[in-house]
Amino acid sequence: MTSETLVPFEDVLAAYDPALGLEVHVELNTATKMFCGCPAVFGGEPNTQVCPTCLGLPGAMPVVNGKAVESAIRIGLALNCDIAEWCRFARKNYFYPDMPKNFQTSQYDEPIAFNGYMDVTLPDEGGDGETFRVEIERAHMEEDTGKSTHVGGSTGRIHGADYSLVDYNRAGIPLIEIVTRPILGAGEKAPAVARAYVSQLRDLIVALGVSEARMDQGNLRADVNLSLSPKGSGTLGTRTETKNVNSFRSVERAVRFEMQRHAAILDAGQAIFQETRHWHEDTGITTAGRPKSDADDYRYFPEPDLVPVAPSREWVEELRGTLPENPVLRRARLQESWGYTDLEMRDVVAAGVMGEIEQTVAAGASPQAARKWWLSELSRRANDAGVEITDLGVTPAQVAAVQALVDAGTVNDKLARQVFDGLLAGEGTPEEIVEKRGLAVVSDEGALSAAVDKAIAENPDVADKIRDGKVAAAGALIGAVMKEMRGQADAGRVRELVLEKLT
Amino acid sequence: MTAVVRWTRATAAGMAEALERGETTSVELTRAALRMTEMVDGAVHAYLHVDAEGALAQAAASDARRAAGAPLHALDGVPIAVKDVLTTTGLPTTCGSKILEGWIPPYDATVVARLKAAGLPILGKTNMDEFAMGSSTEHSAYGPTRNPWDLERIPGGSGGGSAAAVASFQAPLALGTDTGGSIRQPGAVTGTVGVKPTYGGVSRYGLVAMANSLDQVGPVTRTVLDAALLHELIGGHDPRDSTSIDQPLPGLVAAARQGAAGDLTGLRVGVIRELQGEGYQAGVLARFQESLELLTKAGAEVVEVSCPSFVHALATYYLVMPCEASSNLAKFDAMRYGLRVLPEGVDSPSAEEVMRATRDAGFGDEVKRRIILGTYALSSGYYDAYYGTAQRVRTLISRDFEAAFGQVDVLVSPTAPTTAFKLGEKLDDPLAMYLNDLATIPANLAGVPGISLPSGLADEDGLPAGFQVLAPAMADDRLYRVGAALEAALEERWGGPLLDKAPALEGGSK
Repeated sequence: MTSETLVPFEDVLAAYDPALGLEVHVELNTATKMFCGCPAVFGGEPNTQVCPTCLGLPGAMPVVNGKAVESAIRIGLALNCDIAEWCRFARKNYFYPDMPKNFQTSQYDEPIAFNGYMDVTLPDEGGDGETFRVEIERAHMEEDTGKSTHVGGSTGRIHGADYSLVDYNRAGIPLIEIVTRPILGAGEKAPAVARAYVSQLRDLIVALGVSEARMDQGNLRADVNLSLSPKGSGTLGTRTETKNVNSFRSVERAVRFEMQRHAAILDAGQAIFQETRHWHEDTGITTAGRPKSDADDYRYFPEPDLVPVAPSREWVEELRGTLPENPVLRRARLQESWGYTDLEMRDVVAAGVMGEIEQTVAAGASPQAARKWWLSELSRRANDAGVEITDLGVTPAQVAAVQALVDAGTVNDKLARQVFDGLLAGEGTPEEIVEKRGLAVVSDEGALSAAVDKAIAENPDVADKIRDGKVAAAGALIGAVMKEMRGQADAGRVRELVLEKLT
Repeated sequence: MTAVVRWTRATAAGMAEALERGETTSVELTRAALRMTEMVDGAVHAYLHVDAEGALAQAAASDARRAAGAPLHALDGVPIAVKDVLTTTGLPTTCGSKILEGWIPPYDATVVARLKAAGLPILGKTNMDEFAMGSSTEHSAYGPTRNPWDLERIPGGSGGGSAAAVASFQAPLALGTDTGGSIRQPGAVTGTVGVKPTYGGVSRYGLVAMANSLDQVGPVTRTVLDAALLHELIGGHDPRDSTSIDQPLPGLVAAARQGAAGDLTGLRVGVIRELQGEGYQAGVLARFQESLELLTKAGAEVVEVSCPSFVHALATYYLVMPCEASSNLAKFDAMRYGLRVLPEGVDSPSAEEVMRATRDAGFGDEVKRRIILGTYALSSGYYDAYYGTAQRVRTLISRDFEAAFGQVDVLVSPTAPTTAFKLGEKLDDPLAMYLNDLATIPANLAGVPGISLPSGLADEDGLPAGFQVLAPAMADDRLYRVGAALEAALEERWGGPLLDKAPALEGGSK
């Protein structure tokens, strides 16, 4: 049997109960790193955002970033967690070249937040969507590692590489790791629950404003734990942990794949090997990583260079007051404010662009225009590209800027689509793209008037019909003018000119 | 008296006054110190690295400031030596280990930055047991330091280099670090003064950690007043060290000056019952008793107190310290700095293989011993029994201190159970070596401050013995008051500093 042997999804459910566990790492958007004053910025020339502390130089010491603690508490509160009155950082000891100290400063048995839950709404074709409660075991603070790039070899992994490069810019960036309790009873909905949880967790993080939360950029990274147990047995099977699943869609696919793969192994009477697995976005499969045992010995002990974190109850309550509104209430409020129908709103929610539309409207576009661009144009493009719409790389501000160009008559909808082409190709701001691509509609009345005259002359029959009062026939002339102008004309203005000249 | 002898034998406070009065210059003082090093350090080996050029440049800058009427600090221009475990921009920092050979830190430890900001020329970096692990400086990867009182004997450790530099008049001041006695025990066996400040009282930023919860930077000097001057300079809150206490230090120099007047009326002194008797050399105990009599004479009330948990201090220390050390030393992996050793007979070694080969070649036996101890004690299944129990005993030791300080103002004991032993004598017997820190370790476990000052020469061997005073956390001023009073009384008895009785070193005339 190979690991690619899969059991049809329905057959998995007939024989097994899935248990899910999700570990999500959220990279905070604090100005500085978790334990030093280096800028916590993504990218940048390798090894330029570093100092003795985040490089782990001998003698350097950590100091906790208060803003990161604040973000951790707000995330914990938003996940209905208890907030520790007193907790410590711990050292997680293991050797790896991208970890400067060869221990990660993390939290072990004293997380800042614990014992919470999130109610996730599952997309449902027919109705309002079913709610599923995901219990949160803990959310804890830790530092990110550096980033290794393995050069040479076929896999891009350390084994077989000719050499490796390490960029410590990422080392020490604050992370919050959010760990669920085992999610039981999801059955056939397990893949959808996993996706909805990660997706709604991301919405929550965005609403809290504590992270850019872009999965494609690694600001939000999901590890998917999955095990199967014989149906109705009430036990927990051996799990695998699929690392770094980097889109909502992939979370769903990875759960589904692992369920089918596990079932095939178990059906054959074999045992699941406890290990980490790598997710392959292109082929939609997982492959074996390193063995992972519960006995991995990280020799945790309290970090002696840091003092305990003891958030006062007053501060916690103050932070509770800064939480964004309840998602259900928010949805109702936005629908009313935007004037969308129930169907329109459901499509918006299903597409996961409510927040994007909110920001687009805030940037000046009308709710209808914002919906049009996000739901038709951008979701089609995301689909074509096989990425999440939020990972497409077009921002709400850009969408609003494109719509502003439409409103100003600079471009029409057709030209606007080409502006989006330019945005996706990274050609600059919408204004720059219009300029570079020569997309502006022709507003030169002389040229437009000449084109209208030409169209009238070339289509005398149509012109006569309009003169006779059949205004609907104007479409044919407008089409001819737009063709003449290669689309770069304001169709509304063309219509006015046609009617002016013939009626 | 030649200028070299005149200026190297002066105290730091004396040098500061002479600079103030224009009787000398920083360049003259620094030259004299460097000249003394040229004369004696071939025999003593207090330094791992001497920065003559840098020190003289700093001295010249100090003289220019003073000429312009703008000295930075009372000690501006007084030269100092720095233990090689503190990072210094542009100067090697090896921690006495091969694994850091050639490493030049890109940043200054906070205490070093404070020295520079006050204008003290830095003479060089002093020898130490590798990563401060040892009580004899024999575990330095660069060869041992020798005791100026007897070159066949150890200068104590881990800060034997700093103590020997000060004892052999190569520097009036030095910085040391004390994790289990590494400032105080060398002070005791070299006839110098060493202070371990309250934990959190002096920044550890830039101190290459052995055991973060125990380490503390402190002064190494020839007089109590000099220690107070240096302590006030380096102490105080540092935002880069989260464990640093955000409170002003008590007046240390003032306390030393007050103590030197000799009146200790009303002071309650507690003799720790558990830190005397068996295992303590007779001559050490005799000098200790003499000091107690002098304290009584000065008006102090001397009583005996019991700290029953102290008998477990050594065992506790040898769990806590290796646990922290094993993790601290993980960063030395050849990936970013320091030594890199490629394994023999491996064509294209993996990162892991390079780490293993480097750590095998770069660490000495004592370091490896402690890494193994700590790794074992932190392992799953052993953690509670070892690290967990050690932390609980640590709490008991703190409670013993609290209870004792409820009865007395300061606690006292001999600093070390013996005078300096011979080089090589305990090298093959780690436990015997560890026992030398029996009396100093409790203060580190509880975070309280301690001072060691010379109590005289033991009758059996004519070598210096140390007297230790311990005070409650953040009451470091009491160390200086009691220390200065005892120092004054002893020097009156001796007719001058104890170091005047040290034999002349090769080339270093008295």
